[in-house]
Amino acid sequence: MHKLNKELVVIGGGPAGLAAAKEAYEKGIKDVMVIERDMELGGILPQCIHNGFGVHHFKEELTGPEYAQRFIDDVAERDIEVKLNTMVLDVTKDKKVYAVNKEEGFSEIQAEAVILAMGCRERTAGAIGIPGTRPAGVITAGTAQRYTNIEGYVPGDEVVVLGSGDIGLIMARRMRLEGADVKAVCELLPYTGGLTRNVVQCLEDYDIPLMLNHTVTEIIGNGKLEAVEISEVDENLNPIPETAKIIKADTLLLSVGLIPENELSKKADVVLDDRTSGPIVNEGRETNIEGIFACGNVLHVHDLVDWVTQESEIAGDWAAKYIKGDYKRSGGEVEVKAGENVSYVIPQKIELESEDRNRIPLYMRVSTPLTAVDVNLYADGEKLYSFSEPFAKPGEMISVPLAQKTLDGLDDLKEIRVDIIEKEGN
Amino acid sequence: MIEKKQLTCVACPKGCEVAVEFEGNEIISIDGHACPQGEDYAKEEVVAPTRILPTTAVVKNGSLPLVPVKTTKAIPLEVIHDAMSIIGNIEVEAPIKMGDVLIENILDTGADIVATRNLARQI
Ligand SMILES: Cc1cc2nc3c(=O)[nH]c(=O)nc-3n(C[C@H](O)[C@H](O)[C@H](O)COP(=O)(O)OP(=O)(O)OC[C@H]3O[C@@H](n4cnc5c(N)ncnc54)[C@H](O)[C@@H]3O)c2cc1C
Ligand code: SF4
Repeated sequence: MHKLNKELVVIGGGPAGLAAAKEAYEKGIKDVMVIERDMELGGILPQCIHNGFGVHHFKEELTGPEYAQRFIDDVAERDIEVKLNTMVLDVTKDKKVYAVNKEEGFSEIQAEAVILAMGCRERTAGAIGIPGTRPAGVITAGTAQRYTNIEGYVPGDEVVVLGSGDIGLIMARRMRLEGADVKAVCELLPYTGGLTRNVVQCLEDYDIPLMLNHTVTEIIGNGKLEAVEISEVDENLNPIPETAKIIKADTLLLSVGLIPENELSKKADVVLDDRTSGPIVNEGRETNIEGIFACGNVLHVHDLVDWVTQESEIAGDWAAKYIKGDYKRSGGEVEVKAGENVSYVIPQKIELESEDRNRIPLYMRVSTPLTAVDVNLYADGEKLYSFSEPFAKPGEMISVPLAQKTLDGLDDLKEIRVDIIEKEGN
Repeated sequence: MIEKKQLTCVACPKGCEVAVEFEGNEIISIDGHACPQGEDYAKEEVVAPTRILPTTAVVKNGSLPLVPVKTTKAIPLEVIHDAMSIIGNIEVEAPIKMGDVLIENILDTGADIVATRNLARQI
């Protein structure tokens, strides 16, 4: 076995891993290795050929491959070591990384700090328990995206999409443009899980029906998919039998959610949050294990890659500080709590002390959609500050830049709570 | 007759809800946009909606069978299907560089079709 030492090892060469590696390098850490199991860098982005990336970060609208290319170039311009076709098999809590590839076989890399950036995976048919057979033609939307955009074959002619997450919406349009008949997008909930702009430019533009409060109640077909049965659901999300109807289809695309990929994190004894399925982190995006950081979709599922980049720069910056010994734990830990109508907040705690910090970005999602909201922050029950937004939807992450100076002087602070509620007087 | 329309601005992922009042091709009021781009979007959306078209083109001798492409600017929604069939008929020889123009001024829209990634030759 090959043994080596590195200051920083980044696991995953998607947008999260690349931005974190670049940031740590810029902050003075020159001995960085990025490990990617795929044959190229970029993560999920090379298959996301649609536009809509980078509006916040680059102030221009890019496609997925173009956004990825900028970070691939950034890494290539620096002396950052990249291992492609290399799979990380294990990480320990004392920061040993075990990886394998064809040329070098098995390696043990002792790192001073590790950044987890493994992204997420899609929920599959097995995970959602629809009755019926499992014929060919039932695939996840991301798999269909890979077939259509990278491998060059369109997986079907008559399509039903289950779930209105962004990948489902994007693929409904993509398959329609490639000539398929996309019969419906069914969504169990009374609202979509994707960005509104995707409902407009993927479904409304092409008259693809969006069936809210509907689900697939049976998959029909032996060997190959022949049809699906869809039904309306009542307010408890139970199917109403009288509403069942059969739609002929050779392809059922599943866009029923993404799960952060944390098998490796668990091996390193990283503690996960039930709500995000990602690690519990402090404001440096550091997990419970000192020197192991997490960013991107492995931490929580993002809808916009721009926030992935911002979050990964935070992780890269603090990993550099950790390696240089530039921060200390305050000893007192402030819990960041998801209050009314907030499903989660990242980071879950604030515990680091550092000189050069002026804001702590908090990322959060609402539990139910509302128009005209007040975002209220409380410090141990006392209102810290609040601002208004025209709307808040579970599908669209909200970023709140908590100013450091609002926390200065609050010495015995125990808890920050965020509520996102209907605007007063509305 | 004055008409009202509730639009979702798709100029950026924020997706503001924009209310437009218009009479024929004339805009009377626009409300709800968080930035000036939203105003342009709403005007265009009422008069003649346009979209960027991202798709793929077939590659000859490439390390992958397809290259992703896009229009350099938004083109009228009504010509999207025609543009798809033109792009569907070309074959591009690798190597390809991001930004390479594959079709000039498609359907007289003023938009070019450009590659959105680098693609090496097959080895
Ligand atoms: C279909 C789709 C559409 C989207 N549309 C938009 C959009 O319009 N606008 C927008 O801004 N954002 C969009 N996003 C979101 C954005 O693309 C993601 O949030 C972003 O790619 C997440 O980056 P990441 O680096 O965390 O994960 P990924 O891109 O998934 O990268 C993770 C990388 O880690 C590697 N890896 C995992 N495990 C290992 C291991 N054990 N060893 C080695 N390597 C490993 C993987 O191979 C992968 O390359 C979309 C996402 C999807 C899936
Ligand atoms: S109005 Fe401006 S901020 Fe709002 S969605 Fe459009 S471009 Fe984005």
